[in-house]
Amino acid sequence: MTTVTDMNADSYVTADGRTIGGVVMDLKNITLRFGGVVAIKDISFDIREGEIRAIIGPNGAGKSSMLNVISGFYKPQEGEVWFRGSKRPPMKPYQVARQGLARTFQNIALFDGMTVLDNIMTGRLNHMKANMFQQAIWKGKAEREELANREICEKVIDFLEIQHIRKTPVGRLPYGLKKRVELARALAAQPSLLLLDEPMAGMNVEEKEDMSRFILDMNDEFGTTIALIEHDMGVVMDLSDRVVVMDYGKKIGDGTPDEVRNNQDVIDAYLGVAHD
Amino acid sequence: MSQELAAQGDFASVPALLARNVNEYGDRPAYREKEFGIWQSWTWAEAAEEIEKLALGLLALGIDRGDHVAIIGRNRPAHYWAMVAAQKVGAVPVPLYQDAVVEEMEYVLDHCGARFVICGDQEQVDKVIEVQEKIQHIEHVVYYDKRGLRKYDHSHLHWYHDIQEEGRVAHSRLEGEMAAREAELNYDSTCVMLYTSGTTGRPKGVVLSNRNIIESAKNSSGFDNLGVNEDILAYLPMAWVGDFIFSLGQAMWCGFCVNCPESPETMMTDLREIGPTYYFAPPRVFETQLTNVMIRMEDSGDLKYALFHHFMDFAKKGAGEKYGMPRRKITTQKRTLEQKIRHGFRYAMGIGFAAETIVENVIRLGFAKLRHGKDVRKHFRAKDPIGLKLYRGNTHDYFKYRLGDVLVYGPLKDTLGFGRIRVGYTAGEAIGPEIFEFYRSMGINLKQLYGQTEATVFITMQPDGEVRNDTVGVPAPGVELKLSDTGEIFYRSPGTFVEYYNNPESTADTKDPEGWVATGDAGFFDKENEHLRIIDRAKDVGKMADGRLFAPKYVENKLKFYPDILEAVVFGNNRNMCTAFINIDLTAVGNWAERNNVAYASYQELAGHPKVLATIQEHVEAVNRSVAEDEMLSGCQIHRFLVLHKELDADDGEMTRTRKVRRKIVEEKYAPLIDALYGGKPEQFIETEVTYEDGRKGSIKATLEIRDAAVVGNTQGMAAE
Repeated sequence: MTTVTDMNADSYVTADGRTIGGVVMDLKNITLRFGGVVAIKDISFDIREGEIRAIIGPNGAGKSSMLNVISGFYKPQEGEVWFRGSKRPPMKPYQVARQGLARTFQNIALFDGMTVLDNIMTGRLNHMKANMFQQAIWKGKAEREELANREICEKVIDFLEIQHIRKTPVGRLPYGLKKRVELARALAAQPSLLLLDEPMAGMNVEEKEDMSRFILDMNDEFGTTIALIEHDMGVVMDLSDRVVVMDYGKKIGDGTPDEVRNNQDVIDAYLGVAHD
Repeated sequence: MSQELAAQGDFASVPALLARNVNEYGDRPAYREKEFGIWQSWTWAEAAEEIEKLALGLLALGIDRGDHVAIIGRNRPAHYWAMVAAQKVGAVPVPLYQDAVVEEMEYVLDHCGARFVICGDQEQVDKVIEVQEKIQHIEHVVYYDKRGLRKYDHSHLHWYHDIQEEGRVAHSRLEGEMAAREAELNYDSTCVMLYTSGTTGRPKGVVLSNRNIIESAKNSSGFDNLGVNEDILAYLPMAWVGDFIFSLGQAMWCGFCVNCPESPETMMTDLREIGPTYYFAPPRVFETQLTNVMIRMEDSGDLKYALFHHFMDFAKKGAGEKYGMPRRKITTQKRTLEQKIRHGFRYAMGIGFAAETIVENVIRLGFAKLRHGKDVRKHFRAKDPIGLKLYRGNTHDYFKYRLGDVLVYGPLKDTLGFGRIRVGYTAGEAIGPEIFEFYRSMGINLKQLYGQTEATVFITMQPDGEVRNDTVGVPAPGVELKLSDTGEIFYRSPGTFVEYYNNPESTADTKDPEGWVATGDAGFFDKENEHLRIIDRAKDVGKMADGRLFAPKYVENKLKFYPDILEAVVFGNNRNMCTAFINIDLTAVGNWAERNNVAYASYQELAGHPKVLATIQEHVEAVNRSVAEDEMLSGCQIHRFLVLHKELDADDGEMTRTRKVRRKIVEEKYAPLIDALYGGKPEQFIETEVTYEDGRKGSIKATLEIRDAAVVGNTQGMAAE
């Protein structure tokens, strides 16, 4: 391990003391088309172990599509997705989830009628092995499993400081808390790679601060690799180790926040230039 | 047995009490904390072990006798243990307010010269690290919650459990030293140092000895018959003397269990789950809960609404006081045959009463339906059509209350988390009579006490059965009281503090050589039952022109208990009569206006509405009648009043940020109004400058109507005119 910030090395230590490891997810020449519309055009980038990787870009740049490709929901027409050193064959999203990926959604996708705790428990579904009959009999395996999973969920609840709404139906919660519950559900799956689609959209400054703290703590405590889409530039520049910038489905920048900030293409994309 | 031993001085310190609890109640729960959704509990033996490990760990870090150990965090067992652990090694715990900002914390940490700081979590550690840049004497910082602290420089920062582990390893080496230091503790050694909240000037460190704490805990526990079976919820700030005495002093003395909530937000849920038997809350908490209950009852179904109001009205008529109060002590013994027979008889009577009620109401309903049409029945109340009334008078009331207990009071108390309360206290400020009455009529033994940090809380307490809303009770056991000529209250007790830390001048100012301490509050003893009544802060109490007592706050509080009145300012110092400014409460009055079809466009218009003025006048006259009942304060009746055209506001400097009226400024600003009040004019024009929230200034013009209020007796000081 080298301690210099040579980002091409196998692993390096960041200024604040976190260790960034090798490549976890490698996206090679991804192209995604919906009929005649090209959503993503020949994009390649990688996500490394333990880092916070941001994907930014103006509206309609293809960020969410990119996230959907990573999570296996969209199948790109061209290109390869390499995960932990092997090429990923076309998979169903639940198969991808079993590999240790979890995500949150831009538009909250929780079960409104269920309590916060039950919602978070759904994040553990992939880890439950008991079959229907065992569940019906309950005693024995199903009970043991539920207890173990509940413990994990409680730790997540404690971590995200949502103890006071544990038994509240999600439908009754304000927006900021719903976002946090969604994060809790993703975290309960104990993912190695966590995809966050605009975790801070529509939040006030205080809620954003809280959420940023949770993201950093998550990365720090559990070593979770995080890929996030975000519009708030302040947040992105503060949180992330590396940033990918997209515009009209193309990659126009990739690097540390400082590099990206000074990249002329990125400035043009955000401020706009005359198209002639 | 234990009390006799204490008299001989065997339990001269908190660690000694801990050792006794381990011997006597070793396997009973001592601490509980909700963590990960489950109540985790520690027995006295387990708690003692945790404390010992931490104490040894602190010794290994090099703690000295007399060192101050600052403790900052929310109520958690680990923080209480840290306090006892510090005492065990001869150091002095100094709990601090966890929500204090850095500057406040800096002052206190600097003043007490703490070498060790024990923090709850990252938030507190961050503050301490910031303080450390200026204060050099902080050597070691210990934290309990690891989260977010992994990357910090750990050369002088330690994890609580690491310290305990070090203590365990160094067990054999340091045990002798710890035992020696523990043996040195006596009744006069310092138990704890608590900082006053500092509403007036800098906070002062109040040094309390083991004698103060243990004697106070002993006396107050005896007063309320507290025993080992109590459960309390520790949720008030640890730096406050009340929490120290309830959760540490009394808990150690009685050996009862201290329950810590999961987080401040879950307090209400945890309260319900634990169902404490002994509870303390400031009036504000009771007020909020009552408002919540009332709002939810408004939204409830017809049956529930009717049941609730029927039984609450019944209970408030005195039945609650008479039949509702819980028994003084939890009985754990088995019932004798006689008790069993009595109990069985009471059950049978109760079932009879319920049957009677049902039969009577069914018959009543049948009669009403036979005789009258539906449209008539709306306005109709059938009265005893068959005269079936086997239970009469007190028996009827008793069983009706019991029925209410099953249907309304019991479930409601359970929802509020007060299902098991035997003794509840409120203190700090005056509590509204309706609020007080509501809780008491439900069968919650809510009482008032009066106290301060310097007295180790207890100065006066209300004994069971002698509870009134306007008094604060009789002197607590061991407390002597006297009143000065100006009405200021002085006390002397075993709980009287040792000194203000490093502040001999203030100590001398407050405590005279004979041990009498000035409270700064004025009061008098009620003629009927010798209970103390607090009027006001002594410096605010004045004299009227003819020499009678003028206590504005006393009258203002009475006015403010009406929901319509938000704020009141009473004038009359050195004058011949009292007058008042009144602010209406826009929410309450606006609600009333909506229901009564009173149209209004602005606050000003509503405040000047004749109907509103009439209502306020009724309130003022009712207050006058109640004030007139007090011989000493009858001069404070309000002769003339007006309703202000704007709310008194902190932005305009009329109030402090904590919403206390700045009397002087109001007096200067509204001088024309005061002149009009005393000049006998029927109305007065005024133009006032106001500051909007964005800082812009504007002005409001208004002509205010001044009304005369009826007073009881000839109270106007004619001689002075």
